[in-house]
Amino acid sequence: MSVLVYTESEGGKFKKSAFEVASYAKEVAAMMGTTVTAVSINGGDSSELGTYGVDKVLEVKGDKLSSFSAKAYADAIKQAAENEGAKVVVVSSTADSKFIAPLLAVNLNAGYASNVVALPESASPFKVKRTAFTNKAFNITEMSTDVKIVGLSNNAFGLKENSGAATAEAFEPSLSDADFAVQVTAVDKATDKVSIADAEIVVSGGRGLKGPENWHMIEDLADVLGAATACSKPVSDMGWRPHGEHVGQTGKPVASNLYIAIGVSGAIQHLAGINASKVKVVINNDAEAPFFKAADYGIVGDAFEVVPKLIEKLKEFKSNNA
Amino acid sequence: MKILVCISHVPDTTSKINFTDSDTKFDTNGVQFVINPNDEFGLTRAMWFKEKQGASVDVVNVGGPETEPTLRKALAIGADNAIRVNTEATDGLYVAKQLTKVVQDGGYDLVIAGRESIDYNGGMVPGMIAALTGANFVNTCIGLEIEGDTATAIREIDGGKETSTTKLPLVVGGQKGLVEESDLRIPNMRGIMMARKKPLTVIDPVEAGQETKAVQFEKPAPKGDVKLVSPDNIQELIDLLHNEAKAI
Repeated sequence: MSVLVYTESEGGKFKKSAFEVASYAKEVAAMMGTTVTAVSINGGDSSELGTYGVDKVLEVKGDKLSSFSAKAYADAIKQAAENEGAKVVVVSSTADSKFIAPLLAVNLNAGYASNVVALPESASPFKVKRTAFTNKAFNITEMSTDVKIVGLSNNAFGLKENSGAATAEAFEPSLSDADFAVQVTAVDKATDKVSIADAEIVVSGGRGLKGPENWHMIEDLADVLGAATACSKPVSDMGWRPHGEHVGQTGKPVASNLYIAIGVSGAIQHLAGINASKVKVVINNDAEAPFFKAADYGIVGDAFEVVPKLIEKLKEFKSNNA
Repeated sequence: MKILVCISHVPDTTSKINFTDSDTKFDTNGVQFVINPNDEFGLTRAMWFKEKQGASVDVVNVGGPETEPTLRKALAIGADNAIRVNTEATDGLYVAKQLTKVVQDGGYDLVIAGRESIDYNGGMVPGMIAALTGANFVNTCIGLEIEGDTATAIREIDGGKETSTTKLPLVVGGQKGLVEESDLRIPNMRGIMMARKKPLTVIDPVEAGQETKAVQFEKPAPKGDVKLVSPDNIQELIDLLHNEAKAI
């Protein structure tokens, strides 16, 4: 009855979120006095998972699962959970895991709590804390199903290393043609850029930047910090930046360690989407911009003067701290 | 093609979020309710299928009588029929089971539900309906075309997008991108008048367990004031981010 964790990978390497859910699962397992089993689908080096507390890895390999199919993945994870007799299954909050989890919940007849931000408050009854009202509140959810699925928010728990070693074994789920009824025909993904979901730091620009031609400032700042770039809704609506960069309530959610907003006024819909970020910095020439009320640090000043100076100072900082 | 659009009745984004009964219930006092934004994109895309491809569009909500103005608004935007399952929408699986009955009874080819509601943000209902009905499923859908019984869907993934093809019946978890914000429709007077005469059927819930419950709410701890740094002293910001916030 180990805790089962789905450790997601990409291009044969585990994602950071995989190590985070493994770290989380380890502590849940400790609460319940059991071990952690990971299921990895065409994943990375399983010994890496041992570092984060996984005891056993069920390795699913094969060409059939080389392109993503939510139904097939959910079916494979379900069979792994049954194989292990798992009562708790932990998944992350990546786009793929959020796609899989509701299917898995029905397959396993399990309760599913998404957007969980902390370890269970108690294991019996099983209670977890989740964000609600688009980060304006939390709710404590109690699950009374036999099997429970916990969807951990990205960056909510962090990585915790353990000294364990994981044993790996091959696992072959039985999949049917129906599992592949949704067929991926194309993937369009920038491989050279940090995605907003994976980023530790996000640099975001708003209308205050006056036009797409000034975006090099945002990109340069992001480069220095190894950050992802994002934008406010008006900026994507005006076509200055692609929709995939829009963060906010109807765009992508952000839960980075550091969020730097430049020339973004901070409309309530924007703040709702980025509020889960830990440290917020705002640079805006309007001291009355609502973002200053939501931010931790702020500079009232002209972005066109402040940002180039900030880039220069950060380069110095990086070379001194390299 | 028969389309069902699932409509969540949610507090407007600008609402103050408060709780009553020792923080066990959402305080609806003074709160303005709207169609869940993610559902509105789906509804508008459904209207496109209605106008260009002759689809019929029904809307459904799981909730009490207080949610009817939200369903009427969806009718005013152009849906043909509305259905309200008369029960409190307590958790994702419970709501999905109610909607599954509606989907099966109505024989819908396409079900569009928002990728998540902006109140509980569960992100569960579309996928669960798909799993319960055996339909195909595409989540975080930002583009959808249908020819005959074949659908081509574009999904937002972390750092990009993915295109897939599948067959109807299909459930999609919709969001912005299904249509653009500028394509969203505001009901006009004619639409509002017509909506009053359109059928709104109230049905009883099916028996389903409620095994996932929100038992308590909390508000985040109040945030301290912003620390302002002078634009002439950028180094101070870097020091604060490094030493105090430990963010760089």
